[in-house]
Amino acid sequence: MVEQPTIDPMHQFLIHKIVELPSFTIGGLVVDMSITNSVASMLAGAVILVAFFALTARGQLVPNRAQAVAEAFYNIVDRILVSPIIGPGGKPYIPYLFTLFMVIMVLNLMGVVLALGNLGGLSLTFTVTSQLAVTATLAVLTFFSVFILGFIKHGPKFLGIFFPSGMGIFGAIAMAPIEMISYFVRPVTLAMRLFGNMLGGHVVMSLFGSFVVALGIVGLSGGLATLAFIPSALSFGMIVALTGLELVVAILQAFVFTALATVYLNEVVNFGHGH
Amino acid sequence: MEAEAAKLIGAGLATSGMIGAGIGLGTLFGNYLQAAIRNPSAAAGQQAMLFLGMALTETMGLFAFVVSLIILFAS
Repeated sequence: MVEQPTIDPMHQFLIHKIVELPSFTIGGLVVDMSITNSVASMLAGAVILVAFFALTARGQLVPNRAQAVAEAFYNIVDRILVSPIIGPGGKPYIPYLFTLFMVIMVLNLMGVVLALGNLGGLSLTFTVTSQLAVTATLAVLTFFSVFILGFIKHGPKFLGIFFPSGMGIFGAIAMAPIEMISYFVRPVTLAMRLFGNMLGGHVVMSLFGSFVVALGIVGLSGGLATLAFIPSALSFGMIVALTGLELVVAILQAFVFTALATVYLNEVVNFGHGH
Repeated sequence: MEAEAAKLIGAGLATSGMIGAGIGLGTLFGNYLQAAIRNPSAAAGQQAMLFLGMALTETMGLFAFVVSLIILFAS
């Protein structure tokens, strides 16, 4: 009887150091400069992104394949999100939204496409967006830049978003705390959505992967236990289907994150225009 | 009851919040399909809103998932 492998779907999210670098202290905070698997994945994502756009940056009138892909991504942000939702006033913010979209999508896809490295306890790859620290950073950065932009563009009048119009003065004051809570919970939901989707998908995939191995080992012991190969094969089919689903989810979550950032930006850019 | 067992039961119960997210997603896509079959030419223009609604609905289910993870691993 072969020893059963332990089923531990959360192991793939552990951070460990690859290269030890000296840490230093700034004002009581210890900053560890070591390269962990998370940092390595982010660097790889950055290299992929920069290389992709450096190769496609030479614009041709008739685009080649790589340039067509790059233009398709740009059109998702420009023609599906920014132009219909914000209108012409949204043009200056396309670079940020496009960067957000590409970074999240590349990091998500790296977690799915290269996830084969997680088999057998090896973790060669790492889904950066399944770390709450990373998604929270992106969400807080997006939310507060939009919030501060509102004050830069409209001054103190921007506080008016907390007072719904058409309710009278007392109704608006009564509603202000509720509006404030629903406004400031936005970065939390942004971070949680990306984190939960990535974590959940990878845990399910890892669980089915463990079933394949565990049931396959049971099936090897011969006799009636050979039947265990059937659920093992079914689990494998499930992994294939789930990988396809995760590919869709990876792109969809990047789209959704950018779409919500666009909607939040719309309230700032078109503030006071009948909203 | 042992604390460990109560923790596991609680984590399982916490996921029941996903029932609401499931109903919500069904309503969302069902109504979208109904509208899209009635007026197919207007369907493509509403896809961005569909995915936005999907994301907002799904968050509620993910909150339940995160709560159950917190119960299991962080308490």
